[in-house]
Amino acid sequence: MTEIPTQYNLVLILARRFAARLATAVFLVDANGTAIYYNEAAEHVLGRRFIQGHGMPSEEWSTVFHPRDEQGNPVPLEDLPIGVAIHRREPAHGIVTIHGADGVDRRIEITSFPLFAHTDDFIGAIAIFWQLNGDH
Amino acid sequence: MRARIWGSRGSIASPGAGTVGYGGNTSCVEVRLANGEIVILDAGTGMLPLGAELRREGAKRLHLLLSHLHVDHLEGLGMFAPTWSPDAELHIWGPPSPVASLDERIATYFSPPLFPVHLSEVPARVTFHDAAESEWTIGGARLMSSAILHPGPTVGYRLEEDGRVLAYITDHEPVLGADDLATDPPEWTSGYAIARRADLLIHDCQYTPEEYETRVGFGHSTTEHTAAFATMAEVDRLLLFHHDPMHTDAELESIRDEVVRLWGVPEERCQLAAEGATYEV
Repeated sequence: MTEIPTQYNLVLILARRFAARLATAVFLVDANGTAIYYNEAAEHVLGRRFIQGHGMPSEEWSTVFHPRDEQGNPVPLEDLPIGVAIHRREPAHGIVTIHGADGVDRRIEITSFPLFAHTDDFIGAIAIFWQLNGDH
Repeated sequence: MRARIWGSRGSIASPGAGTVGYGGNTSCVEVRLANGEIVILDAGTGMLPLGAELRREGAKRLHLLLSHLHVDHLEGLGMFAPTWSPDAELHIWGPPSPVASLDERIATYFSPPLFPVHLSEVPARVTFHDAAESEWTIGGARLMSSAILHPGPTVGYRLEEDGRVLAYITDHEPVLGADDLATDPPEWTSGYAIARRADLLIHDCQYTPEEYETRVGFGHSTTEHTAAFATMAEVDRLLLFHHDPMHTDAELESIRDEVVRLWGVPEERCQLAAEGATYEV
C-alpha cells in the first residue's frame, strides 16, 4: 500500500469523478501504477470491491487476476494495455481473459491511455474495459 | 506577510453606489513579504490604483501570479504603471497550456485589436514562468501552485512564510469534482493541497445556491461550497472573494452571514474581501 498524497492531481480527480458516473468499467492508476480507483462496473468484472483493491501496486493487480492471452499464456504487465500506457506512455488496446477474485473467468476487451496533466507531466493511466460474451 | 485587496469583484468591474462598500474593481491582491518583496495576485482592474501606488513608491521588482487568463484577471496589466517603466523587472507566473506559451496566451488579449500595443513591445523587463504543480521561493517565502477546477488552465497559489500560510483560490468550482464536499476525502478535492490549514484563505464565493442552479459549470462556488471547503481545509480565516458584479453591498453581507452560519464560526473568521482592506497573515 502506497502513501496517499495530500491531494491527487486535478486530472486524476476529474478522471475519478468521470469514472464514478460511468456504467462501463474503469480502472485508474497513478504514475507509479498503483490502483487509486476503479468503479462499480469494474468491481463487477474484477470480482473485487474497490475498498479491497485500493492501493494495490501494479505487481499485484497485474498478476492477481491472472490475465491470459487467446492461447492461455500469461500476459505480463508490460504487455497489458494499461501496462503499455504506464511504461511506454502510449495508448493501447487488447483482449485478455482474467480470473476474477470471485472465481469467475471473464474475457475482457481493454482500451488504455496515459494521462498527462501538462506536456511531459505523466500523472497516471486509465483503462476502460468491458466483458465480452457477458454483461457490460 | 501582509495582504491588501485592490480588487475583489468577479467577472466584470462594477462601480456604482451599490458596490462602493466592497468595491467594483476585479481581482488584484498585493502581498508584501517580510523582506519587502512584492507579490501581486492577479491583474484585474484593481491593478490600476496599485500601479499608481507602486510608481510613487518606486518599486522595481515585482512578482505577478496569475490564477488564469480570463479577462477579469488580466485586463489591468496594460494599465499597470510598472508595465510601462523600463526600470521595472516584472516576473509573471501563470498556468501552462499544452498548446501555447504563457506569453503567447497573454498576448492574445494584450495585442491589437483588443489592446493598442503588443505585449512584446512593453518597456518593462518581463520574464514569464509556468506555474503548474510547482514550488519555488521568493525572498523567504515558499510558494506553491496547483491546478484547480475552473474552465481552462487555472491554478491556486499557496504562500508560506515564517510558518504562516496565505492561500489564494479565486475562481473555483470544486463541487464539479466531488460527490459531496462535506464528506469526500480531502485528497480527492480540488484545491485542498493549496488551502490546507491556511491561516488566511481567499476563496471564490460568487453565488447563492439559487443562482448556482443556472450557472453550473461557470467555474464558481456558492455559499454552501465555500463553507464546506473551508471546513474540509481547516482554515483559520476565510476571505470571501470574486463577488458577483450584480451583488450589492447588502447582498454580499447577506452572503457572508450565510457562510458564517454554515461554517459555524465566529464572524471575525469570515469576512468579505473589501477594496483597501489589509490583512496580516
